[in-house]
Amino acid sequence: MKRFGKLVIFLVMVAMLSTACATATPAAPAESTGPFRVAVVTPSAINDLAFSQSMYDALAKIQGEMGKDKFEFVLSDGMFVVDDAAAAIRDYASQGYNLVIAHGSQYGAALQEIAPDFPNVSFAWGTAGDTFGIPNVFAYEAFSQEGGYVNGVLAAALNKSGTIGVVGPVEVGDAKLYVDGFVAGVKATNPDITVNVNYIGSFGDVALASEAAQTHIGAGADVMTGSAQMVVGAVGVAKEKGVLWFGTQADQTSLAPEIVVACQIYDWAVVVRDMISLVQSGTMGGKAYAVSLENEGLKMVYNAGFALPADVKALGDAAVKGIIDGTVTIGVGGK
Amino acid sequence: MLADLFTGSVLIGLLASGIRLATPYLYAAIGETFGQRSGVLNLGVDGIMLMGAFSAFYVVFKTGDLVGGVLLAMLVGLLMGLAMAFISVTLNAEQGISGIGVYLFGLGMSDLLFQKLINNVQTVSGFPVAPIPFLSDIPIVGQIFFTHNVLVYGAYLLVPIAWFVLNKTTLGLKIKAVGENPEAADTLGVSVAKIRYLTVTIGGLLSGVAGASLSIALLNVFQFNLTNGLGFIAIALVYFGGWRPTWVLMGSLIFSFVNALQIWVQVVGIPIPSDIAVMTPYILTIVVLVISAQRVRPPSALTKAYERLE
Repeated sequence: MKRFGKLVIFLVMVAMLSTACATATPAAPAESTGPFRVAVVTPSAINDLAFSQSMYDALAKIQGEMGKDKFEFVLSDGMFVVDDAAAAIRDYASQGYNLVIAHGSQYGAALQEIAPDFPNVSFAWGTAGDTFGIPNVFAYEAFSQEGGYVNGVLAAALNKSGTIGVVGPVEVGDAKLYVDGFVAGVKATNPDITVNVNYIGSFGDVALASEAAQTHIGAGADVMTGSAQMVVGAVGVAKEKGVLWFGTQADQTSLAPEIVVACQIYDWAVVVRDMISLVQSGTMGGKAYAVSLENEGLKMVYNAGFALPADVKALGDAAVKGIIDGTVTIGVGGK
Repeated sequence: MLADLFTGSVLIGLLASGIRLATPYLYAAIGETFGQRSGVLNLGVDGIMLMGAFSAFYVVFKTGDLVGGVLLAMLVGLLMGLAMAFISVTLNAEQGISGIGVYLFGLGMSDLLFQKLINNVQTVSGFPVAPIPFLSDIPIVGQIFFTHNVLVYGAYLLVPIAWFVLNKTTLGLKIKAVGENPEAADTLGVSVAKIRYLTVTIGGLLSGVAGASLSIALLNVFQFNLTNGLGFIAIALVYFGGWRPTWVLMGSLIFSFVNALQIWVQVVGIPIPSDIAVMTPYILTIVVLVISAQRVRPPSALTKAYERLE
C-alpha cells in the first residue's frame, strides 16, 4: 500500500507541475526560410495591465503588421522565479528561435550566461541599458520619467487638496525613473504641492499596494499614481474613494473608467521592429535602445470618458512637446 | 517630522490599516493551526488561498453575489483541503512535498481559470464597510476596530472560537492528542485519520475564505498570484505563535501594524531608505515572537505520517 501510495503521489505531483507551467505554447520546428520567430519570457501575467502586457501588446501589433506567416511569437509568462525563467530562455534558444526576449531586468545575469552558448540566436533584455559587450545581446529601456513628468504636470493641475500620493514598487529601474519624473512634473507646475512617495518593496504585493493607497488618502491625497503590476490594488482603492489616478506602462482605464485620467504607455514595437530588421540583415545584437516620447515608444493615452478640462490637457500637450524638443528639462536620468 | 507621525488621526488610520492587513493572515493561520495541532503541516495554504480568491472573485464578477462568492471559496477550499488530507493522511505522503504540490496546483490552476474565464484584470464591488451600530460610535476605538467590512470582523471572531475549540472541548483534546501522540490516541479509540481529515479540511476551508477576503473584500481585484506568498507568511505565523490561536493573533497584529507603520513612515516623508522600512515587519515579528514563544515546542507528531500497525 505504501509504495503504491508514493507512486500515486508522484503522478499527482507531475500532473500538478505540468498544470502550473502550462502557459507556454509548444514551438514549431526551426526553419531557415520560415517566419521570424520570437520567444518572450515575462515575470508577471501578460494581462497585468502593466509591464508584461506592454510587451505582449507590442508583439501582437507587429504580428498584425507582418502577418502570421511572417512573424510568430510564443510567450512564457508568470516567470517570477528567475531560475525557471533561465531554463525557459535556454529552451527557447535551443529550439532555434530567431530572437529570445527576456522581459525583466532580473533576468540579466542569466542572459549573460546563456547568450554566449547560442551565437546564432539573438537575445534581448530589459529594462536595461547594458548589452554586456556580447555580440548577440540587445538591451532596451524606457525613459519612463518623460511620461511621469507629463502625468505630474496634469496631476498638479487637477490637484485641490495640496497633497498627491505615489505608490511605488521597488526603488529601481523604470519604476524609480517614473516616480522621480512624476515628482519633478508636479514640482515644476506647483512647488507648493506635497508629493508623498512610498515604495512597498514588491512588484506583486497587491494587498500592501492597496493599504499604501489607503494611507495616502488618509494623508490627504486627492490624486495618486503608481507603477508596476501590483498597483491594481491601489487603483481599486482610488476607485472606491473617488481619487484620481494616473497610470504608466499600459492603459489602465478599463480598470476604473471613472477615475483614471491619463496613462503613459510603453510601445516596444519600435524597438522590436528595429531588432528584427537588424537580425534579418545579419546583426545579432550589440545595440541598446530606449523608448521615449520622441521615438513614440512612449505615448500618452487619455481616458476619453474622463472630462479633462481643455486648459489642463493643453498643459500636458505642452509638456510632451517641450520634452521632445528639449525645452523642458526633467532633471531625472539624464533628461 | 515625528510629531506628524503621531497626530491622532494618523494613529487611528495606522491602527485601522493594521487591523485590515491582518485579516487574510488570520483566516489562513488559524486554519493552519488546527491542521498542525493534529500533526499535519499543509504548505499548500497559498495555493488554496489563490483558488478561493479566484472562485469568490468569479462569482461576484458574474453575479454580484457576495455571499455566494464566500460560499464557493469555502467549498473550493474545503475540496482542496480534502485533497491535501487524502494525500498526506490516506496515502501517508511526505507532507512538505505534497503541500508544495497543492500550492503549485493552486497557483497554476487559478491563473489558468482566470485566463480562460475572465482574461484581464477587472475590479468588482466587494463587501462594503459595515460599521457596527453603537460600537462604531465610540470615539477612536470605533474607528479603529468597528468600521470594517464583514470579513474583517469574521477573522477576529475566529480567534476566540478556535481558542475555545482547542482548549475547552473534547474535540480540541482529541486534536491535540493526535498531534502529540497518535499511537496513544489511537489506542484510546480516537481515529487519527478522521481527526486529521477534519482539521486539514477546516484549514482548507478557512484558507479559501482568506483568499476571498482579499479578492472580494479588501482588494476587489484578481490577478495572477494575487496572494504573493501571503499564505507562506501565515504558516510562519503559526510557528511563531507557538500553535496557540491567541499568539497567532498577536503575531499577525504585530506584523500588520509594523507594515502599516512602515508605509506611514514613508508617506509622511521620514527619511529612512525604503528597503530598510519594508524589512522591519519581518524582523520585528521574528524578534518579538522568538522571545515570547521560547518555551513552546511544536506538536510532537507534526509532519509525521501515522500508520496503524495491523
